Amino acid sequence: MAIIVQSPSPSLPPPANTTGLMGWMRQNLFSTVGNSLLTVVLFVGIVSLLIPLVQWAFIDADWVGTTRDDCKSGGACWVFVNVHFQQFMYGLYPEAERWRVSLVAVILVITLAALMIPKIPGKKYIGIFALFFFPIVAFYLLVGNRFGLPHVETNLWGGLMLTLVIAIVGIVAALPLGILLALGRRSKMPIVRSVCIAFIEIWRGVPLITVLFMSSVMLPLFLPEGMDFDKLLRALVGITLFQSAYMAEVIRGGLQAIPKGQYEAASALGLNYWQSMYKVILPQALKMVIPGIVNTFISLFKDTSLVLIIGLFDLLAIVQAAFSNPKWLGFAVEGYVFAALVFWIFCFSMSRYSQHLEHKLRTTH
Amino acid sequence: MKSAKTLAVAGLLSATFAMPAAHAGATLDAVKAKGFVQCGVSTPFPGFANTNEKGEWSGLDVDVCRAVAAAVFGDATKVKYTPLTAKERFTALQSGEIDMLSRNSTWTLTRDSGMGMNFAGVNYYDGQGFMVTKKLGVDSAKKLDGASVCIQAGTTTELNLADYFRANNMKYEPITFEKSDETVKAFEAGRCDVLTSDQSQLYSLRILMSDPESAVVLPEVISKEPLGPVVRNGDDDWFKIVRWSLYAMIEAEDLGLDSTNIDEKIKGESPDIKRFAGAAEGDDKNLPLDKKWSYNVVKQVGNYSESFERNVGQGSPLKIARGLNALWKNGGLQYSPPFR
Repeated sequence: MAIIVQSPSPSLPPPANTTGLMGWMRQNLFSTVGNSLLTVVLFVGIVSLLIPLVQWAFIDADWVGTTRDDCKSGGACWVFVNVHFQQFMYGLYPEAERWRVSLVAVILVITLAALMIPKIPGKKYIGIFALFFFPIVAFYLLVGNRFGLPHVETNLWGGLMLTLVIAIVGIVAALPLGILLALGRRSKMPIVRSVCIAFIEIWRGVPLITVLFMSSVMLPLFLPEGMDFDKLLRALVGITLFQSAYMAEVIRGGLQAIPKGQYEAASALGLNYWQSMYKVILPQALKMVIPGIVNTFISLFKDTSLVLIIGLFDLLAIVQAAFSNPKWLGFAVEGYVFAALVFWIFCFSMSRYSQHLEHKLRTTH
Repeated sequence: MKSAKTLAVAGLLSATFAMPAAHAGATLDAVKAKGFVQCGVSTPFPGFANTNEKGEWSGLDVDVCRAVAAAVFGDATKVKYTPLTAKERFTALQSGEIDMLSRNSTWTLTRDSGMGMNFAGVNYYDGQGFMVTKKLGVDSAKKLDGASVCIQAGTTTELNLADYFRANNMKYEPITFEKSDETVKAFEAGRCDVLTSDQSQLYSLRILMSDPESAVVLPEVISKEPLGPVVRNGDDDWFKIVRWSLYAMIEAEDLGLDSTNIDEKIKGESPDIKRFAGAAEGDDKNLPLDKKWSYNVVKQVGNYSESFERNVGQGSPLKIARGLNALWKNGGLQYSPPFR
């Protein structure tokens, strides 16, 4: 009786030490003596840093309570953050009016989600709402003084809310201004070009701190008495102008990377300057510089905390204010860790979204 | 013709850009019209101006703002606070953004004479002091010969320290740090015997130590830092209101009046108290305020001692001793001209 093998026998699994966790570790962590040594050293280093950190932040930490006496265990005192959480979010905004801030935040989140989730239709209208109507709604809700809402002065604004207001206004206003400046700098009209170059170089040539100081310390002295610009408004204008100069240079990089043929093709189609920019050049140029634009946004978001030097209570400043209370002196570390975490969440989300956007808009093969 | 034109232009310019120096009483009218006192305070400074968990301002400096509001409106809550950094504080006052500044500012000749401002009084006598560990067993700065001293770099503290040790023919070894946190860490770790800074600062640094009780602040003060409220030049009425609101708190302590007993005491026979509280007949104090303004200050804000103990003294975690800020009759410097 002959045995005829109809099909090849099934292939054996690879040796155990080349697959799974073991295999991965052999291949990536312990491939050579040098690598093994590096792995061990780094592992010991990380663990010896991590253990005290986890010990401090979680195991020994105090979570519930109302006063500093509830923090006895020697670890992190999250009670401090807990007690001040509302303040960190809303600043000194009157408690009875805080729903207005929350409402603005909810509208903002819904609008952003509607813009970002591809399946939702009517992007154009949502975009128009976000750009033109949302700022008006948000302004009246936050400032009040109309429609039966009590007036809340901007010097009571603070915390994460103020940080977001500054960042969003800066981002939304600096982008169009930056596009115009970038186009102006490449314009063939001598006056427009020189004005744009002068603007960009002057604003890029001074530190943001100087701009803020000028806006809060010098400007009031030049204005006639009684003409009192809101301090927040002054800071917002300063930050926007400052960021638009940086934005312009990022966008100019994109414009310069577009081959000349694209410009010529657009004119050959009979498009005028604005049409060719809007329909042909800018869509390509902006797409190309998304990482640069988002980079500028992230740095703007972090720069917002500089407003603490002109006495505005952004997230960082309100945390500092909270541990200046004699009852809570000495909880600076917990406060700073919390602020850093919030900043990280926002900046990291921005960077992830930009990567997603790059991927989505990629048209090369 | 040409010169007339130039003059007119110059006049217009100076009218537009002149410092806000208006007729007397303008600030009071403006304050009454808007219904609150706009008061410049510190970006939080523990015990002097800080916010609590609910975001309400309190502190020794804040109480001066509240006293002025109590005097003007009979309501100490009618204050709006503008937190100011050290650099912008005087500009904010000069430009009219705030009505008064109560932000631990040192009263000096140049500030009083050259910057268009008036210091209305002193609500805290500060000065550079020394903190030592109890272990060291020193009770006077005069015994610090050969000590190592922790200081913050780049402050006048450094110069005062050098002067003091040279004047007393003592040696010391300075150890400088960039930040106050680092300074206190080094002091706690035993890298220096002495920590020097403004006394008000020393007490809040002491809280940062894991065992605050192990350190003491020495009684000597080696520099003069009188801190007080400031107003703009050129409005004497407002200046006097701020000055006497502060004096009302000090005088109340002198007379033994506080927020709890004042109602009872003005029913008594003491003419001083009756006169102080505006309870006597025909008792017009010539300030353009309600007759009971000083009563309102004491009733709503408290006397100086209450304010001190509540914000920086024994009733607060800072536990600053009265020291120079005790009343004149207790060996301190706080003194009010008579209310008569």
